[in-house]
Amino acid sequence: MNLIETDGERLLGAVRTLLAAKGVASTAEIQERIAITDKASPGQGARMVARAWTDPDYRALMMEDGSKAAEMLGIPMRGMPPLGVLENAPGVHHLVVCTLCSCYPRAVLGYPPYWFKSAGYRSRAVRDPRGLIAEWGTVLPETTKITVVDSTADYRWMVLPERPAGTAGWSEEKLAAIVREGDMIGVTVSKV
Amino acid sequence: MTGFAPGTRVRVRNDWPETRGPVHIRTPHYLRGRSGTVVRSLGAFKNPEDLAFARAAPPKALYHVRFDPYEIWSEGQPTDALLVEIFEQWLEPA
Repeated sequence: MNLIETDGERLLGAVRTLLAAKGVASTAEIQERIAITDKASPGQGARMVARAWTDPDYRALMMEDGSKAAEMLGIPMRGMPPLGVLENAPGVHHLVVCTLCSCYPRAVLGYPPYWFKSAGYRSRAVRDPRGLIAEWGTVLPETTKITVVDSTADYRWMVLPERPAGTAGWSEEKLAAIVREGDMIGVTVSKV
Repeated sequence: MTGFAPGTRVRVRNDWPETRGPVHIRTPHYLRGRSGTVVRSLGAFKNPEDLAFARAAPPKALYHVRFDPYEIWSEGQPTDALLVEIFEQWLEPA
């Protein structure tokens, strides 16, 4: 099948032509947005986490204004919902879910993993977070307070995980490489 | 609208507009009629309930509200918490 000739492709072409003709979005703007979307991945969020682990001023900015902190590392946030950051600490854990659908901090984490949108994840995260994350092998002490953040409206939330032991003196690049997507959702914790 | 200060006890309206016709709402079912505590104001955003239908969408205040999951499910650990964004039109003083 020739993809260029499918109905979907023709419809997309027509919509793009209309958007440009009505001055809603130019071809260049659409190309720019596609490039930004393609570049978004958990690696972006991991760079923020690694910077926060090594730079207290950056950590403070990240907690105050996640969008600004992202932009400081060259992550484009224009037109994106504001980014909030949830700080894990000893005895404090956060888990992000969107029970209504799929709100996700795409600018800094890219496309959500398939399970993030599943009915199972969405319903269990708010009701049995401990049982749910145990399936990722994440078992927290009973005394740890888990805050489940149901992200359903105009903010997007990412978790700032705790820096694992055994990483003293590591470079930002080396630290960023151990930060996983799940650590920034809260289903896992960062480890060496 | 004077707003809700952090620490204010609020109740999510026990309203089910989806039973009356097509709607777009950002208030989870499991919180309708439940009480929680305002943690912070998150600013104001164009009302998604109007945006979804291409209507004029005046900004509405958005709050981060903390709920006790044990009160909702009668299971889990009492130390845990649920933190959810709720628009002002869904909140009333508890």
